[in-house]
Amino acid sequence: MQELVDSLVADGFVPGGLPLWVAYLGAMLVFGGIVVFVFILPIAGVTTWVERRVAGRIQSRIGPNRTGPAGFLQWLADGIKSVLKEDIVPSAADVPLFKLAPYVVMTGFVAAFVVVPFGGPLIIADLNVGILYLTAVTALVVVGILMAGWASNNKWSLLGGIRSAAQIVSYEIPAGLSILPVVMLAGTLSMQGIIGHQGWAPWTWHVFDNPFTFFAFFILFVSALAEGNRTPFDLPEAESELVMGFATEYSGLRNLLFFMAEWGNLYVIGAVVTTLFLGGWQIPLALADHPVPRIVLQFAIFFAKAYFWVFVAVWLRWTLPRIRVDQMMIMCWKYLVPIAFVNFMGTAVWMVLFPAGVPAVRVLLSLTAAGLLVAFARRVVFHVRRALLTREELSFNPLSTARVMSRG
Amino acid sequence: MGLGTYLRNIKDAALTIGDGMAVTFSHLVRKPFTLQYPDRLPDGVRVQDTLPFRYRGMLEVDLEICTACLACERACPIDCIVIEAEKDKAAGGLVMTRFDIDMAKCMYCGLCSEPCPTGSIHHTPEFEGADYSLESLVRKFVKAPVIAYKPKKGGETDPEIAPILERGMRYVNEFASPEGGSTD
Repeated sequence: MQELVDSLVADGFVPGGLPLWVAYLGAMLVFGGIVVFVFILPIAGVTTWVERRVAGRIQSRIGPNRTGPAGFLQWLADGIKSVLKEDIVPSAADVPLFKLAPYVVMTGFVAAFVVVPFGGPLIIADLNVGILYLTAVTALVVVGILMAGWASNNKWSLLGGIRSAAQIVSYEIPAGLSILPVVMLAGTLSMQGIIGHQGWAPWTWHVFDNPFTFFAFFILFVSALAEGNRTPFDLPEAESELVMGFATEYSGLRNLLFFMAEWGNLYVIGAVVTTLFLGGWQIPLALADHPVPRIVLQFAIFFAKAYFWVFVAVWLRWTLPRIRVDQMMIMCWKYLVPIAFVNFMGTAVWMVLFPAGVPAVRVLLSLTAAGLLVAFARRVVFHVRRALLTREELSFNPLSTARVMSRG
Repeated sequence: MGLGTYLRNIKDAALTIGDGMAVTFSHLVRKPFTLQYPDRLPDGVRVQDTLPFRYRGMLEVDLEICTACLACERACPIDCIVIEAEKDKAAGGLVMTRFDIDMAKCMYCGLCSEPCPTGSIHHTPEFEGADYSLESLVRKFVKAPVIAYKPKKGGETDPEIAPILERGMRYVNEFASPEGGSTD
């Protein structure tokens, strides 16, 4: 980013006499605006549509299908509706905090995109503290949620805010401990540096580097889901207990901002997991020589990997019921944190024992993952077959058992 | 908690979540069951025709076989049925001048169709009852005074009434009998 502005200044695109910081500021606003409006907003919106379609099919329904082809424009219609709704502030609320909270949440979410890579050289700022910065700014979300919970002056909101604070602060620890092995392997905190340390092939990814990183990957994903307040960890907004948790009193645009941050966060989770463990935007060099198709290809591969994990998060949400608060804490402190510690220490020992890595272990772990996928696919086929066999008993389809009666 | 239990918990969690995800994924590749009412049904299929025989929709009265016994009026817990019938020697029996059912009050309990001796009053699969006023939800079945039906010994012989009566008796046997219906 900075290099681009420097080269523009050197080429004389920026009017002379303009202080350099003004050029930087302008560039930041322009590119920030492009990323927010061209990428983040549509991603968060389309994810709501994907979520509802997938949820529908998982529950043998159809999902939204009236607005545009396959209901694709539903997210736009919902967004417009939300923006046009009245913005109600409860009379007992702490008004400044109440109004500020959604923007704090939104800031924490959008600021993460500063270091989220898009593919190849496309990144807003390749900070040398990249992943540390990302964990820091996403923790800002908890401030906004706590603020919303407190300022709403409502018992549900307060409980939601407190639960969210407990949850996000707890799960920062396994998430951080699962990031550390990767940082040790790559020797850098920079997102581009971490991706550069991996190759395009699965066996060069960090996730298959050694058995410890393999488990660290899953711990990071689970912790990230918990930090993003996603089911099965959606205790802060648990609909059946807390109405809508910290967002109960919000309406219109402010409510929209909360939920945009939640769905947008899914993409951030996918992008972080992809960057740290799954080879990021790396493609085989032979695929493209010209920089433009190469960048497009890199963007596509990164986006596909990241969005796959968005899909997995949606899929998990409609598979698992919400867990209890004590179960959530047990899972964090008794399972994820100790195992993450073992992974952290184990990776350190592994790096001392095998400074160059063990190619056999990498290939073996890749094959294990492939084997798990095959086993999973066979399980899916089993369930589909079973459903077809027992369709008559399990379900009542009015069209297949139609009995047209004669009217008297 | 021993190490064995600890590891078994992890294994159980991973396996059960994996299997749960396989179940939900199998639904992604199956056809949804939803019928897209009202405009995306297969050609020539009305959704009413696909509903089961026992479906309790709008009430309907077959005046041809109504005996004006007032059993339904008495059975109705919320008095939404009003029947007026008088003995008329000249006409040769009971003459009905009014048979109104207020569908706005009706709670679709089906108690009226159970005591009906001929199956004259029965539910239809018709459910699209939305209207602009409560008054128009009152269904008036008697347009002009009619003579109530009298059961004949040895079964019905009139070819116009026989199929209606047969249908009514089937309804009573299958749906409105206390045993829940014998399908003979």
